[in-house]
Amino acid sequence: MASAGKKVKFDNPVVQWINDRLPIYSILHDQYGNFPTPRNFNYFWSFGAIAMAMLGIMIVTGVFLAMSYTPHTTLAFESIEHMMRDVNYGWLMRYTHMNGASFFFIAVYIHISRGLFYGSYRQPRELVWIFGVVIMLLMMVTAFMGYTLPWSQMSGWGVTVITSLFSAVPLIGDGLVTWLWGGFAVDNPTLNRFYALHFLLPFVICAVVFVHVWALHVSGSNNPTGVEPKSEKDVIPFNPYYTTKDSFGTVVFMIIFMAVVFFAPLVLADPAHFRQFDPMQTPPHIVPEWYFLPFYAILRAFTIDLNIPFTHIILLPAKLQGVIAMFSSILLLLFLPWLDTSPVRSAVYRPVYKWCLLLLLLAVCALTYAGSKPPEGMPLWFGIVGTFYYFLHFLVIVPVLGKYEKTLTPPASISESVEAGHE
Amino acid sequence: MDSTRRAGGTRRDFLYLTAGAMGAVGVSSALWVLPNSMNPAADTLALASTEVDISKIQVGQAITAVWRGAPLFIRHRTPEEIAKERAVDWQSLRDPQKDEDSAVKAEWLIVKGVCTHLGCIPLGTKAGQPRGEYGGWICPCHGSQYDLSGRIRSGPAPKNLLVPPYTFVTDTLIRVG
Repeated sequence: MASAGKKVKFDNPVVQWINDRLPIYSILHDQYGNFPTPRNFNYFWSFGAIAMAMLGIMIVTGVFLAMSYTPHTTLAFESIEHMMRDVNYGWLMRYTHMNGASFFFIAVYIHISRGLFYGSYRQPRELVWIFGVVIMLLMMVTAFMGYTLPWSQMSGWGVTVITSLFSAVPLIGDGLVTWLWGGFAVDNPTLNRFYALHFLLPFVICAVVFVHVWALHVSGSNNPTGVEPKSEKDVIPFNPYYTTKDSFGTVVFMIIFMAVVFFAPLVLADPAHFRQFDPMQTPPHIVPEWYFLPFYAILRAFTIDLNIPFTHIILLPAKLQGVIAMFSSILLLLFLPWLDTSPVRSAVYRPVYKWCLLLLLLAVCALTYAGSKPPEGMPLWFGIVGTFYYFLHFLVIVPVLGKYEKTLTPPASISESVEAGHE
Repeated sequence: MDSTRRAGGTRRDFLYLTAGAMGAVGVSSALWVLPNSMNPAADTLALASTEVDISKIQVGQAITAVWRGAPLFIRHRTPEEIAKERAVDWQSLRDPQKDEDSAVKAEWLIVKGVCTHLGCIPLGTKAGQPRGEYGGWICPCHGSQYDLSGRIRSGPAPKNLLVPPYTFVTDTLIRVG
């Protein structure tokens, strides 16, 4: 905690009275008012604030939508139509919530990419990063469960396919799936529990966001040079400088978000989302939402069973390989702080690693494309190559390149880099 | 140090242990009750068996019935189809199964209509639907193909279509589940 010890005095006697009993005003002052922050942030540093704003919007619209929603298989689809046609501004709240999920993921993915590029996950910010990965996982679970609630063809079949993944778990797989469903097929018990959890998890996310930010305020923010602040010349108070910058970034982001809500609310929606779930009829092509596509492509990139050589005994079925790969693609991020061996934190000063990160971005784009198509022909190859590079990047390039890369010399301090006129 | 200390430990140690043990019993019973409440409820389990009249199914035809909220494929196989399936070298298949074991009465094939890959419903039951290379079913999601014995022949699915437990109540009535 930056300037603990110094007692702040408040002019307003009511504020002072409260603060003497519950020091929220001094905490706000120390952590947001006066908090010393590197002076050289670019706009990529605004995405944490933007993501937090999106979380708020999702919770508020979600609570109001819940007032018009019925979590029952016979009524869910109709209650959504009721929301869209009859509830006052129901369409606005629903389109905001629906597209809000996408924009929340856009903000968070940019936030994570920024961390990857500038090495924000590295010592001493490992826990900040780990809590961040936990938030992303919780967001994925929450978004997936929310996708179920309209009880459309895409909802029902998306849930069927994704929950069936767990049947790949050896021995207990089938029992696990029955337990998740609360029955022998995706049905009313499934919808009920997903609704309960979809309501609960955002508040769990809030709690993890709190510790994420808390841990961040212990280590202080990283910055584009990756060099820690060394003197008063390197930092500026969070308020007014970054409250203003973050607010401006948030406003620009919200303008784009609202443009989609008002002018193209269905641009990301699949037609199968507008027919009620029919458990007897699978739609011809099931795709998850765009933000899951890379992981879906990794899941489907594995097509060959691993046998004990020269026998028909299957050691690792293709389905299980895919499931393991999909979960490890996210979980390996938890180990990133220890996988990176480079002496230099920011990719700005790593001429080779920069290109590897660009390749990683291309691999994720290839995976997104592959995930949106049936797994055959070219898209399957995009999926296989993308998956290969994704794991190669984190498990080989990051640890090995860090040892052998000839890095540039980072500036001696933040102020020196600012005065030299770059970053 | 403590005057009440004896060879077997103090009274305080005893209190810690017994209180801890009671706490552990309490927590583990909650850990049993809460997750277990998510398993199928009694009314869901009560719907676990169903009866189907198969007298109207012509030779070469198939129907879809509902069993445990999921489709059930019932196919009345032709003699050629039976001969073909019984001639398959079943031991070399991914999930080796003899046709005699899946179809107790050779002309009736009864399988759960859920792909063992990721739970989609394979096409091939209704007339006019594609049936894949092996003449049985093909899954629209990821292309798994099944033969007329419900066995997985190609594609990503690891297992054959499930043969549910069923009995012939009469020649034209089956009870599934």
